[in-house]
Amino acid sequence: MRVPLNWLREYCSPELDTAGIEERLTMTGTKVETILQYDAGDGDVVDVLDLEITPNRPDCLGVYGVARELHAATGASLAPAPWSDDPGSEGPLAQSNSQGSSCGDAHPTAEVVVECPDLCHRFTTRVFEDVTIGPSPPWLKERLSAAGQRPIDNVVDITNYVMLLTGQPLHAFDLDRVAGGRLTVRRAHEGEQVTTLDGQVRALDGEMVVIEDGEGPTSIAGIMGGERSEVHPDTTRVLMEVANWNGPNIHRTSWALGLRSEASGRFEKGLAPEQCMHAQALATRLMVELCGAKVTPGTIDVAWDGTRSQTIRLREQRVRAILGMPVPRARQAEILQALDFDTDEAADGLDVTVPAVRRDDVTREADLIEEVARIHGLEALPVTLPARRGAYGRLSPTQHLHRRALDALVGRGLYEAVGWTFTAPTLHDRLRLAQDDPRRRAPVLENPLSEDQSLLRTTLLGSLLDVAAHNSARGMSDLRLFEVGTLFVLDGNRDASDDGAGAADHARGPGETGVCEHRALAVLLSGRIAPATWGAPDPVRADLFAVKGILEALGAALRVELECRPDTQPFLHPGRSAAVVCEGEELGWLGELHPLVAREWDLDGAAVMELELDRLLAIAASESTYGDVISYPALRQDLAVVLPEHVPAAQVLEAVREAARELLDEVGVFDVYSGPQVGEGKRSLALSLAFRAPDRTLTDEDAAPVRERIVAALGGLGGELRG
Amino acid sequence: MIERIEALRAQAQEEIGAASSSDAVEELRVRYLGRKAELPRMLRGVAALEPQQRGAVGKAANEARRTLEDLIEARAAQLDASELDARLRADTVDVTLPGTPPQPVGRLHVLSATMRELENIFLGLGFTVLEGREVETVHYNFDALNHSPTHPARAHTDTFYVQRPGAYVPHPGAGPSRGAPNDGPSRGQGQGQGQGQGHVGAGARLGEPDDLVLRTHTSPMQIRAMEAHPPPLYVVIPGRVYRPDSDATHTPQFHQVEGLAVDEDITLADLKGTLLAFARTVFGEQRDVRLRPHFFPFTEPSVEVDVSCFHCSGKGFMGDGSRCPLCKGEGWLEVLGAGEVDPNVYSYVPTTEHNAPGYDPEKVQGYAWGMGVERIAMLKHGIPDLRLYYENDLRFLEQFG
Repeated sequence: MRVPLNWLREYCSPELDTAGIEERLTMTGTKVETILQYDAGDGDVVDVLDLEITPNRPDCLGVYGVARELHAATGASLAPAPWSDDPGSEGPLAQSNSQGSSCGDAHPTAEVVVECPDLCHRFTTRVFEDVTIGPSPPWLKERLSAAGQRPIDNVVDITNYVMLLTGQPLHAFDLDRVAGGRLTVRRAHEGEQVTTLDGQVRALDGEMVVIEDGEGPTSIAGIMGGERSEVHPDTTRVLMEVANWNGPNIHRTSWALGLRSEASGRFEKGLAPEQCMHAQALATRLMVELCGAKVTPGTIDVAWDGTRSQTIRLREQRVRAILGMPVPRARQAEILQALDFDTDEAADGLDVTVPAVRRDDVTREADLIEEVARIHGLEALPVTLPARRGAYGRLSPTQHLHRRALDALVGRGLYEAVGWTFTAPTLHDRLRLAQDDPRRRAPVLENPLSEDQSLLRTTLLGSLLDVAAHNSARGMSDLRLFEVGTLFVLDGNRDASDDGAGAADHARGPGETGVCEHRALAVLLSGRIAPATWGAPDPVRADLFAVKGILEALGAALRVELECRPDTQPFLHPGRSAAVVCEGEELGWLGELHPLVAREWDLDGAAVMELELDRLLAIAASESTYGDVISYPALRQDLAVVLPEHVPAAQVLEAVREAARELLDEVGVFDVYSGPQVGEGKRSLALSLAFRAPDRTLTDEDAAPVRERIVAALGGLGGELRG
Repeated sequence: MIERIEALRAQAQEEIGAASSSDAVEELRVRYLGRKAELPRMLRGVAALEPQQRGAVGKAANEARRTLEDLIEARAAQLDASELDARLRADTVDVTLPGTPPQPVGRLHVLSATMRELENIFLGLGFTVLEGREVETVHYNFDALNHSPTHPARAHTDTFYVQRPGAYVPHPGAGPSRGAPNDGPSRGQGQGQGQGQGHVGAGARLGEPDDLVLRTHTSPMQIRAMEAHPPPLYVVIPGRVYRPDSDATHTPQFHQVEGLAVDEDITLADLKGTLLAFARTVFGEQRDVRLRPHFFPFTEPSVEVDVSCFHCSGKGFMGDGSRCPLCKGEGWLEVLGAGEVDPNVYSYVPTTEHNAPGYDPEKVQGYAWGMGVERIAMLKHGIPDLRLYYENDLRFLEQFG
């Protein structure tokens, strides 16, 4: 809100310069965003404070409310409220006997009916006769201009001025254009149309409130008046409406219509019904002074039956306990009184009565403590730390492993990307997912920013491919990327096998939401996996084995065995893809991108992998214990075997382990050969074997029977020893 | 015979000294000390000499042999060294060519790295780290955090709502799209924009307790943490959050680190001390913090926290008198919102066997904060545009982590 400083100083003028006032307001909760300068002409420049008013303080959406804050913040005196002097009166509105009534009968000057008191909490009107419409005096024009409002004519300017000073919006009708002299406040009909002051036709719904006269709706309540009954240059009779509306309803209407105004911005935060009469009193004085108006005695005042004020106990000791600093009781009382609260001494503190304009905001002791704290000054708070008795900080074992996993990938040269949770419905087709693929069961946003961001992701692959495409299109096609993020799948009809270890540390089961969340880890390698150098100008390019190497590094970092089993995914090369298995659980997939999918993202190709990270970490979470592999050395032997080429290496290693039963410590493939020397349809695997006993150094004779069993088992796979 | 030995020795000595390669030295060794050479033969023949000659000749020959062995060895070592040196010199490379990189090192994303740094600060202050779910219920995201049933933040314009799985139908390819994003209530003043006609429902519903939302802050974990653990409770919650804003200063997803400490006597002064430790660790030991009164539904008193500007040391202007471009002359940078936990929040935490004796607002009190990771990383690293975080351009990623 914009507050010209000279206007503010009319009501509270501390002996501070602009910067000093800025500092005091900001540090007591009325933040000065910027200081603008309004050129009032003749070299007269007015400082204008642009204030951020928090939504709990609609009382500060008026200059006098801000003046009260400044009064409390500085101790400078506060002038009496500008509405203290009311030339009008309350009580029933006087009968009309003016020239407006042709036959001289006494009849009601105006009538108001409120049909929806749940949405209209008070409706007041006064009637002014003999109004002369004309320009406002210069001082009023300057006030409005400095506050960012365009001067129009004296009546409209009065309504704006009163709103800016009191915070209470008001609306002037030309009473002669109010058909029947009667206003009805009611819910709109579904689809009902109103032409607002800005000339637009607006379609309403049944939760919006209109004000209508004998000819239909004239205004959208609390938001904007209508063209038909607005004040004209020839207006002589003015009906001044000051009402109080249900804040949330006004907010809803204003959003639904995309129509925001100075009035709706105030009403939506919830004003006090008492403020209606502040505005009526002030407007009445100005109508008389500036428009030569004659005020009709009395006020129509409907839909409000008054509200009792609340008294709250503020315990002196509680202030100290919450803030961590003492504020003497007398000081507490001084602060609260400056803010227009009433205080009475009580045994352990103060009994505090809340002023009407703070009724919604201050309802409990905690709210009073905030008032005391902010005015007393948070600068005075000492700097302390919690006593922290018994509490201590630590990462959980799983959190440590999570960091270790990421660090291992970074250490292997991968860059972390952070992609979007939102994804496009078209992603699933671009990834060639089958219609019944569970990854198509993505949660749907009700109100997405766009169609392309309307689903929550069920795989990280989409965002990694987007990142790869972004970089590739900019000439960076050698990519080593990973991402860790949450995936979302609807619980509805999950696979029976997909029962998810709900007890795991970080598994976020469907709970109350029906949406399963888990963290996944994905890797994408593309192009050369190491930088080309003058010594090695053509480094290895990313393929299945490159990404499997990353998988193995991850497994080593977490001390888990991650195995690959031949398997396919619709978006992977069918001959170069695998399922990743850990301790019998399938945790994800890896492989080379299907060329059709690569083409979708304009990539030459990529090797990719995705793992369920939460489950992986749950498996990995175990402590290491010492094993003696130092006292007695291992016996190492090599063994080359020619096998039919369709026998997977994993099957060979499994057969070796199974046959050995004892003494075999490690077995691995260290060479693969296929070619004329081993014959068509065959390949040779070179295996390294390490034998070990816990209590002695093994000899070739010790290993011989084990080796014989291994050879026999390999024979069972169609293998024969080579060389 | 002794003369002959002396002559051989002298001749050999001269030739050894003159030998110019280790091959030549080896040839001399064979010639003078090899099995068929004269000197060894003399030694072997000593036994055949007259007894009175044996001593003198044997001694002279032995001495000569030892002398020659030493000389040859020394000369060979000398020549080996110089030959090696010559070979090495011949093997000169262009040291100005680029080095061969080892397996290159990657980087954490700056947001991850920043969150980890923040976690570490609060681990050191005695907090533990929790994570929470991202699809939340309106109950946890708003109700239990003391947002009134009609609080504007609940509106569809301010919160992403997720269709309930029960209401799920396979996506038809046409999601409910929204009108052009309007100014939020926190931004923009002035008259109506005339947008949004035909979207009369927008902003209408303010959420039933079990409606699903993408969490708009990490604060729902305050409630879940209190439900799961008894006091005293000291937790930080890093995580991703969502709001339907997309412009120069907003992305629809961003990250926060929530903090919550609840004990018998945690004061606003404790909050100040905790956040001062944070500010000094992240922005430098000279930093200061100030608490400004503010408003949040789930804290009371509420504050915004500013850190003194590290670019201008809080002065607001630079050495040349120009306005500090970072803090815009304020001397302070707003970094987070915080406050004492509103007593109403505790009343939303049911007491169960997990958190007994529960959270009685007359017996426990605490503070909470929420800080924006993107903002802190922007300030700390001078990152000019939020969108850079989510583009993941390699040239950006290489600079941090």
